[in-house]
Amino acid sequence: MTDATGTTDPGTATERRSPLDEVHRAAGASFTDFAGWQMPVRYSSDLAEHRAVREHAGLFDLSHMGEILVVGPEASDALDYALAGKLSAIAEGQAKYSLLLARDGGVVDDLVVYRTGEDRYMVVANASNREVVAEELRNRTSPFDCEVFDESDDVALIALQGPDALEVLQQTEGFGVQGPGNDDEDFDAALEGLKYYRALAAEFDGEPVLVARTGYTGEDGFELYLSPDRAARLWEALRETGGPRVVPCGLASRDTLRLEAGMPLYGHELSRDILPVQAGLGRVVALSKEGDFVGRAAIEQGPADGAPVLVGLTAEGRRAPRAGYEVYDGDGDDARRVGEITSGALSPTLGHPVAMAFVAPDAAEPGSQLFVDVRGTRIAASVTPLPFYKRGA
Amino acid sequence: MTDRTDLQYTEEHEWVKVDGETVTIGITDYAAEKLGDVVYVDLPAAGTAITSGTVVGEIESTKSVGELFAPVDGEVVESNQAVVDSPELVNSDPFGEGWLLKVTAASLPKLLSHDEYRALTGE
Repeated sequence: MTDATGTTDPGTATERRSPLDEVHRAAGASFTDFAGWQMPVRYSSDLAEHRAVREHAGLFDLSHMGEILVVGPEASDALDYALAGKLSAIAEGQAKYSLLLARDGGVVDDLVVYRTGEDRYMVVANASNREVVAEELRNRTSPFDCEVFDESDDVALIALQGPDALEVLQQTEGFGVQGPGNDDEDFDAALEGLKYYRALAAEFDGEPVLVARTGYTGEDGFELYLSPDRAARLWEALRETGGPRVVPCGLASRDTLRLEAGMPLYGHELSRDILPVQAGLGRVVALSKEGDFVGRAAIEQGPADGAPVLVGLTAEGRRAPRAGYEVYDGDGDDARRVGEITSGALSPTLGHPVAMAFVAPDAAEPGSQLFVDVRGTRIAASVTPLPFYKRGA
Repeated sequence: MTDRTDLQYTEEHEWVKVDGETVTIGITDYAAEKLGDVVYVDLPAAGTAITSGTVVGEIESTKSVGELFAPVDGEVVESNQAVVDSPELVNSDPFGEGWLLKVTAASLPKLLSHDEYRALTGE
């Protein structure tokens, strides 16, 4: 059941549960409230889960994410107008990271958009922004010949991330490429050839599954979109096939993984109060595309002089700067406050604290020495190019 | 293995073990699990005077920061260097090797019994 009519409003329910909820409870997961969903924060150890993704593979339940379809002869034109990127330029089977901008250029949400057909797109939104994205897409695309369907309740999402992800997925039984006469070998070959930010229409257990080579961890990996009633079966199949190589991972490790990979998190590095260029996402906005799009005028004008910009920070020791901590240009009483931390953690892979912060442009030069107020103590931190971690070739 | 029913507890999820005038302090398994993987522990040095109810240390995990409240008035005689070097001991053995402070205390405030603490955490 879709809520294309806008009559249902599941976002107001306080404790939404994933189709994999029972599986997580049986596995002893700890839960956290995330955008109104009860989702696993960890199964046993954040650090072990983080390491599993860097060294072998981790399995994430991301069923809280929003999946919104835009379908119709003018779907590409509609999305070119509604979003910051040029979605008409991507081929069928391709994905693109994009932004939904407000008229004033602020970021309403960051998205991954999959072109699943000539006149068909799937827009994947953050759970917290699902309703606003669906609403904005409906409004913005209404002059075009296309329709918007919020399919979030009918789509489960499982991510398999890490250097062993490809092999595990190939070894998992029950997959085939979509269409008549498919078999397991076709699927294995198609997976092998699937490039980053490409997706493959496949089958699992006779039901459609979109297999995308995308992720939010800085590792190779896949995101698997499928019907909620097949989610538990796929989860168990991946665990059985992978054995000790596949570790179920909660949102805590997902956050430290994406932070090391320098990827923004909506509500931390991205918000309605910043223009994409301030967060280093200027290239995501396709100013070269023809015609108007929502936010264009504001983006062309650019941010105000002195508007803060996003930087990476690294520090020594073990005390991590955290979201909201203030950043200064010195450790004395006369130091100037230059910005604020948006995310931070002791990097499990690197062994020292890493953080992202919005700071004044004159403090943003790589190598600049800044200081973070960590609960009353000024800790030295250097401006460091993002990402902090990049996987080996 | 420490018998947890012999310990006393605080509402801030510390445990207290009384042995004459020496009081050993740690955080409970409940607190350790809520924090997640502990990656940094900051403890007061030996000789530091502590006052019940005040923040005397920090226990930081990958996700959050927990404050260590002094459960008693007293003076620190030893802080657990093993935990400072290997903060994961707080997770792996919170009632044993993961102890945090030894304190001399002249008197003890009213603390929670094991059953009262269990009722507090709903376990």
